[in-house]
Amino acid sequence: MSDIIKTSDFDMEFRDEVFKEPDADKITLCFNCTGCTSGCPMAEQEPEYNIRKFLRMANLGMKDALLNSPYLWYCTTCYKCQERCPQGVKNVDTLLKIRTIAIQNGIMLDNHRKVSQLVIKLGHAVPINDDAKEKRKDVGLDDTPPTVHKFEDALGEVQKLLKITGFDKLVADEEEKS
Amino acid sequence: MSKLSFFLGCIAPNRYPGIEAATIKTLEKLGIELVDLKGASCCPAPGVFRSFDKITWLALASRNVTLSEEMGLDILTVCNGCFGSLVDANNIMKEDPALKEEVNKILKEIGHEFKGTIEVRHIIEYLSQEVGAEKIKAAVTIPMDLNVALHYGCHLVKPSKERHLGSTENPTFFDELVEATGATSVDYEDKMACCGAGGGARTAVLDTSLQMVVNKLDHMKAAGVDCIIDACPFCHLQFDVGQTEVKKKFNKVYDIPVVHYSQLLGLAMGLPLSELGIDQNLIVNEEFNKKIERIRGGANE
Repeated sequence: MSDIIKTSDFDMEFRDEVFKEPDADKITLCFNCTGCTSGCPMAEQEPEYNIRKFLRMANLGMKDALLNSPYLWYCTTCYKCQERCPQGVKNVDTLLKIRTIAIQNGIMLDNHRKVSQLVIKLGHAVPINDDAKEKRKDVGLDDTPPTVHKFEDALGEVQKLLKITGFDKLVADEEEKS
Repeated sequence: MSKLSFFLGCIAPNRYPGIEAATIKTLEKLGIELVDLKGASCCPAPGVFRSFDKITWLALASRNVTLSEEMGLDILTVCNGCFGSLVDANNIMKEDPALKEEVNKILKEIGHEFKGTIEVRHIIEYLSQEVGAEKIKAAVTIPMDLNVALHYGCHLVKPSKERHLGSTENPTFFDELVEATGATSVDYEDKMACCGAGGGARTAVLDTSLQMVVNKLDHMKAAGVDCIIDACPFCHLQFDVGQTEVKKKFNKVYDIPVVHYSQLLGLAMGLPLSELGIDQNLIVNEEFNKKIERIRGGANE
């Protein structure tokens, strides 16, 4: 190991924030058995993605290194690590909490921003298009599904909900925020 | 006749409507009526929206649940992602009074209230637990003599603490439903592995996400299967669209047809091919189509 970890980089308020997620403090029980990472299908493809290292970094309060790591966004949430952990560490749930803190700090991938904005605009992350309308008719369905796509009032409810929670501002483009 | 509301989600109705049509028709034949869940939205996707803002995720998922509570019906999903979001949200709201109060304040402003009166079901676990393989076998008119690679996907069985469906390493309940249609569920390496699409990974890091599906496709191909059977439109999209992407990006060609369990059931119940939408996939394999035609004879129209 050549990376030097400086205690001056530790941010215990960040750790406290992570531990607000129920049972996230179980990270402290990790004894490095590597059961999580050895079964991780993403680590098999991208060794830099190491959920055990990430969670231990969270436990040390290594906020900046963690939030700015591009690998924070590699987890597919397959939950294999969480199932296998002999100590009951909530690997995935804790990683998702770290992502939440990243988003609150304005760190968000463009593609995730776009998907979020689709939900705000249309109520669906994957909305209908003309091709799908044709396909729906071909299998004998109405061309518009009975979701928010069909009911404007319902879409209005969803949009209002997303305003109340502040999600619209959270995922707005940077220039719109300012 | 049992009755549930049908939560469509995004990808089934808006990309693979054959899954929606096949589900409605096959369940009707099993005595299960599906009612439109009018005005439902995105579930919203668990690994993505939950990680962006938990309260937003919980409130939007809870709104979907209240729509079905208002009809007095349990919810049926055909997607592992929708199942994951809605089950987890439903459980949190039932078990955490503080979060329930916070979310209900939001829901009140749009005219809803979460009460905690219904359950969320997934087509596979519902059929397994409430109908059973024997009854499905009895409803099959054309046993589909196919060798298939079964893909459970992740959120159908995990986290197991919330799902209560037994082993997550070697489950068998879905295999039993597949074999009830006359098909053979062929074992293949790393069968329980993730397709690579979830958690926002497909959106965030497409090439790496596709490497995961390449792994799965390699193992399925090595097992010599006729098609993939899945239980989730997002896995379905990753396998179907993914095959066209890995062909372009990595020059890997598989041509393995991708079929949702509802569509397999439709084939085995003799429903017209035109109502099942299997031919609407990007991957069309003529050899597979001929085999289906041979097995089904006149039922193919």
